[in-house]
Amino acid sequence: MPKRTDIEHVLVIGSGPIVIGQAAEFDYSGTQACRVLRQEGLRVSLINSNPATIMTDPEFADSTYIEPVTPEFVEKVIAAERPDALLATLGGQTALNCAVALHENGVLEKYGVELIGADIDAIQRGEDRQKFKDIVRQVGGDVPRSAVCHSMAEVRQTVAEVGLPVVIRPSFTMGGLGSGMVHTEEEMERLASLGLEESPVTEVLIEESVLGWKEYELELMRDGHDNVVVVCSIENFDAMGVHTGDSITVAPSMTLTDREYQHMRDVGIDVLRAVGVETGGCNIQFAINPVDGRMVVIEMNPRVSRSSALASKATGFPIAKIAARLAIGYTLDEISNDITGETPASFEPTLDYVVVKVPRFAFEKFPGADPELTTTMKSVGEAMAIGRSFPEALGKAMRSMETKRVGFWTRPDPEGATAESTLDELRTPHDGRIYAVERALRLGATPEQVQRASGVDPWFIDQIALIGEVGAEVRDAPVLSGDLLRRAKRTGLSDRQIAALRPELAGEDGVRSLRQRLGVHPVFKTVDTCAAEFAARTPYHYSAYEADPGAETEVSPQPDKPKVLILGSGPNRIGQGIEFDYSCVHAALALREAGFEAVMVNCNPETVSTDYDTSDRLYFEPLTFEDVLEVVRAEQESGTVAGVIVQLGGQTPLGLAQRLSDAGVPVVGTPPEAINHAEDRGAFGDVLTGAGLPAPKYGTATSFEGAKQIADEIGYPVLVRPSYVLGGRGMEIVYDESSLENYIARATEVTPEHPVLVDRFLDDAIEIDVDALYDGEELFLGGVMEHIEEAGVHSGDSACALPPITLGRTDLEQVRRSTEAIARGVGVRGLLNVQYALKDDVLYVLEANPRASRTVPFVSKATAVPLAKAASLVMTGSSIKALRGRGVLPAEGDGGDLPVDAPVAVKEAVLPFHRFRTPEGHGVDSLLGPEMKSTGEVMGVDTAFGTAFAKSQSGSYGSLPTSGTVFVSVANRDKRSLVFPVKRLADLGFEVVATAGTAEVLRRNGVPCGVVRKQHEDADAPETTDPDAPNIVDLILDGGVDMVINTPYGNSGPRIDGYEIRTAAVTRGIPCVTTVQGASAAVHGIEAMIRGDVGVRSLQRLQASLRDGS
Amino acid sequence: MSATRTPAALVLEDGRIFRGSAYGARGRTLGEVVFCTGMTGYQETLTDPSYRRQIVVQTAPQIGNTGWNDEDDESSRIWVAGYVVRDPARTPSSWRSKRGLDEELAAQDVVGISDVDTRTLTRHIREHGAMRAGVFSGDGLVADDEMVAAVAASPAMAGADLAGEVTTARPYVVPAVGETRFRVAALDLGIKANTPRQLARRGIEVHVLPATSTVDDLLAVGADGVFLSNGPGDPETQSHAIELTKATLQREIPLFGICFGNQILGRALGLGTYKMRYGHRGINIPVIDAATGRVAITAQNHGFALEGEPGGRFDSPFGTAEVSHHCANDGTVEGLRCVDVPAFSVQYHPEAAAGPHDANPLFDDFVSLMQNRRPSTAQEARQ
Repeated sequence: MPKRTDIEHVLVIGSGPIVIGQAAEFDYSGTQACRVLRQEGLRVSLINSNPATIMTDPEFADSTYIEPVTPEFVEKVIAAERPDALLATLGGQTALNCAVALHENGVLEKYGVELIGADIDAIQRGEDRQKFKDIVRQVGGDVPRSAVCHSMAEVRQTVAEVGLPVVIRPSFTMGGLGSGMVHTEEEMERLASLGLEESPVTEVLIEESVLGWKEYELELMRDGHDNVVVVCSIENFDAMGVHTGDSITVAPSMTLTDREYQHMRDVGIDVLRAVGVETGGCNIQFAINPVDGRMVVIEMNPRVSRSSALASKATGFPIAKIAARLAIGYTLDEISNDITGETPASFEPTLDYVVVKVPRFAFEKFPGADPELTTTMKSVGEAMAIGRSFPEALGKAMRSMETKRVGFWTRPDPEGATAESTLDELRTPHDGRIYAVERALRLGATPEQVQRASGVDPWFIDQIALIGEVGAEVRDAPVLSGDLLRRAKRTGLSDRQIAALRPELAGEDGVRSLRQRLGVHPVFKTVDTCAAEFAARTPYHYSAYEADPGAETEVSPQPDKPKVLILGSGPNRIGQGIEFDYSCVHAALALREAGFEAVMVNCNPETVSTDYDTSDRLYFEPLTFEDVLEVVRAEQESGTVAGVIVQLGGQTPLGLAQRLSDAGVPVVGTPPEAINHAEDRGAFGDVLTGAGLPAPKYGTATSFEGAKQIADEIGYPVLVRPSYVLGGRGMEIVYDESSLENYIARATEVTPEHPVLVDRFLDDAIEIDVDALYDGEELFLGGVMEHIEEAGVHSGDSACALPPITLGRTDLEQVRRSTEAIARGVGVRGLLNVQYALKDDVLYVLEANPRASRTVPFVSKATAVPLAKAASLVMTGSSIKALRGRGVLPAEGDGGDLPVDAPVAVKEAVLPFHRFRTPEGHGVDSLLGPEMKSTGEVMGVDTAFGTAFAKSQSGSYGSLPTSGTVFVSVANRDKRSLVFPVKRLADLGFEVVATAGTAEVLRRNGVPCGVVRKQHEDADAPETTDPDAPNIVDLILDGGVDMVINTPYGNSGPRIDGYEIRTAAVTRGIPCVTTVQGASAAVHGIEAMIRGDVGVRSLQRLQASLRDGS
Repeated sequence: MSATRTPAALVLEDGRIFRGSAYGARGRTLGEVVFCTGMTGYQETLTDPSYRRQIVVQTAPQIGNTGWNDEDDESSRIWVAGYVVRDPARTPSSWRSKRGLDEELAAQDVVGISDVDTRTLTRHIREHGAMRAGVFSGDGLVADDEMVAAVAASPAMAGADLAGEVTTARPYVVPAVGETRFRVAALDLGIKANTPRQLARRGIEVHVLPATSTVDDLLAVGADGVFLSNGPGDPETQSHAIELTKATLQREIPLFGICFGNQILGRALGLGTYKMRYGHRGINIPVIDAATGRVAITAQNHGFALEGEPGGRFDSPFGTAEVSHHCANDGTVEGLRCVDVPAFSVQYHPEAAAGPHDANPLFDDFVSLMQNRRPSTAQEARQ
């Protein structure tokens, strides 16, 4: 069946901001879809609020709308664009929910838009748990016993029938939000009521526990001709009970016989057909009882999912690309496999390697959050590794994590750990559980004990035992022979692990020299979908060690073009996300165009950079010094390496710069010495002094006494942090001596090798973020962003506006002069990000990062200038002047002198607080501070600030209210500033309620308001209230409040007071403003929404107006 | 790979030698080296008679993970001449596992080799074709030139008549499940256990006959249909089976052939066969049905193929016939259908084991073919 001729224009819905459970994988799939649809000659419109995506680059669609992914805004886009069809299966749950809403409210019918890729009935059959279970049973499959409940009464009755423990799963939430396993009645009451709340249809499934069963997934695709292929099977290392996003997963399945695997395949295909996914991809999850092999179907995603991205990268089979082709009418046998070029997409991939994915967590960012792994996903990213065996791939994946532990034996065991204590630890799943498996075995537990405690399959346990045995052999051998070393490498041991086992080798470098002397190097194999049956045309490589010293490497010679290696950013984590991948992808595109061979090195399966189409060659490898060096070696053997780019992937590759350079690798762009100028406090201080630029007073201390002395000197509050960090890890604002003492006690544990920095904290300053490009001669100011929250909130968590809304021309000139001085002083070649604080007309330099920042994509989109592309060309020798001439950069002017009528873009951060609970089941605090906590961002763009801000809020949290009740409770120091915006809200018709103290001030200023009680009212507090007044937390939880304005009280330590109010707001999903500036911005936004002038304009039109205007 | 490894070598006809460790039995074995790309089903593969005299390379790197059970054998023994893997499992894991794969290989005296870079080996076979080879370990491991000479002296697969080596010594009957609707004579050229099972499940009483059976033997069974099984070797050598097929076609008895059986039917219809460079051995191979255009993912194991064009029609001594199926990867003939006589065959394995069950309905097609010639012999006999 060839392409349909009745579709000429498709609207693709993206997935919005990166959140836990819905990450960069949907940029990867959406980008592929847009590419394919345009190749097929269709007009493509796109809506996605996430500016850090490749898909929202203007060249990927005909009309790109950076607008909130909500039914209201999608309708506006449909009205403006009038597409024939809507493709929503590549944008995760967000896009799918949006499509369902547009079907239900009649918009699709009204505009004659056909939903392609999946029909509504199929979506509902797949996602409605009861319908789905009925279908599974109809086709002869088995399911866990369960019932769908709509009230707590129904829940209680079901639990009485099924018996505890049970699993609770709310319907229509993503990433398993709100779901979990409960063992007791109390847990059941709490989680089920929360689940009913989280579910948009007030529905939860109560299910028989299959805890401890083996867990599997199948990725399937079906075409309009009813052909089905299984793309990949995935086996979870962690047994049922841990969300698959939080599990270590392995492809292909390792412990199934053909009989069981084919049974799974048959049931999967039957379910897919019965659910009626007409074309495209789907993911089905299974559980198998390890005792008797009973197999039950758990759930299905009738769309491209996180696992699809993993399966695509694991097999080389581009699911999203093929799904897009299937959606417009092609069949699997009509689509050719890009990798072999001769086989069709109906050829099921077969692997001759093993793929391991390891999740990356960020519990350290959310103190108090329960780190137990459950059926609610909590990880923020993942790394994937490919090896020729499970141990090899596991070793690579573990060292890709970039945590303190880089594989077994690289950190000391917890003090006093015994086999028994470790087995105990294994009984509840936590991050790092695999380390406990190894430790338990090493400390004497039997494999059976480990299996019983952890539920991990004996085969996996034996593989870890094997790694342990090889490790012991390495440790105990009198001499490390080439043979043993090769065997250790083949079992996945890194040089660092071997160094940890053999201290006399003088560390990682010593192991490497020994390896080099003995000629022990990896070979590079190819991901080819067919286990070498056909020749591969795409150079998608991974390293492997073979026992045979003469093993073959498959990197083909490339004598024609100089190569540039781009080091990616590794697993997504808070502080280093998709924004860096964006810059890496841009570099690859620009360098290919400029005649280089672009070589990508990365280990994050969710990204566009690890798509084999993005670069000329892809190495799916950990971003450690050892692994990168081997890639460089392989590339040097096959041609000329002109340079390695470390500046675009965030702190990960930047941290390798010096060592790579020392090893003779040509690092291009800002040289490692210059990077040190910016990162080393002393050196950077000299740069600032030399240029006459003020910085907040600071000092460096290695002890509490030292820190105290500095703080006394410069005055509290102070900002304290360890040196060399990204995303403000370990950073705190400290208001007094005892908090300082407390901080030092904790922080010095974090990084003993680095001192603590103590900075003067500029209260109430305006924070400014700048991205610039410098070639040694000329500075190109990419963009100047003004933070909406005051300094002290991490720039990654703060909303910001571009162009800056309150800065004057002289401020901007000062920013330009300072940035140029810093760029010159540091010695930047390429990108530079500087953060300033403006207080009392003094522009303080807070910090400078000689690399691409997380705002590069936002700036690029807001100003229509491809900053990362330009940066990669500057790094490889072009001048800004030349780039202006070639049209890469504007002929004149830059982001510092945007026209007055330029559109205003607002970036807003998206925070994951509602994902985490304390072990007692409470929410974690949603307060913002100097430590970054957001997982992603959205952009709102319009002609005026208010509208742009309103859009940014709609895109990130759901819309600002236009009527209803606002609750206000603010710190004393903020009361004066908040009178005006709150009065404005009252004038707009909002009902205002406040705590006693705040209410008093508001009433005195003529704002009518009601009084509510705080949950825990201090008897001594001046704000004692009528005990009959409603309790604010209950009021919020009952839905009586539409917006919260709550700035933190007090000024020391963990600011607890507003904690329950804020968590209640997060639970209800209502806007919760925690800063004065945020409140003013929200009022602007609400006014704009009430005026009703919130329209949509495509990025292409906005950028055209920018270009014409400048 | 363990610390105490016994060296072993895989020696190819062209002189290339891959070193590794002994796996399974020690000693020496010779055969044609072929690679199999299935990621599951090594037990079924090893016990598939079609692998007679072949040294099988598993492209999946970790083998033996689910051990060896008592249910999944496709015949009475392991048939492969030798076994080449990268990483053998140490601890099998499956609730059905009875023992380890290495134990089973040793017990059945199958010489294997592990720790080989199987991907490099597979690429070599892909580029240079399936070729003669030997696995040598223990006492068998001798000087390189001696091993190469031994390989060079071994017989080639082209021209090999192997069906006689794998066929059943005497006839046996697999009773129908439930009511007996039909009786089928299955010519055992290397039949797999799952084939009679699939037939029996459809109410067919299966009479499995030795490869040397005559037309009279077939008729004596009172067969409603004749089945030609899979099997090893060069189809060109099978003049007896080909003549038997012609006799069946002449009598218009419904006939269904699988794999080797497809090649035999093709030759009976006048088509030629050829040795493929490295064959199809895997469980992921897409086959297109020319009539419907639909794709089935199939299990395959063949080193020879029929000549013919996808969808092509041709005249045969038994009327018009057509190439009903072809491989989506390379256009290889994957099935035949006679227009004027009730006969069809496929090059792949609808009985799977190992492999996907997409093509399973072909057994129903065979039933339909017999149904259209009612009343059946089995029913007549009962009446």
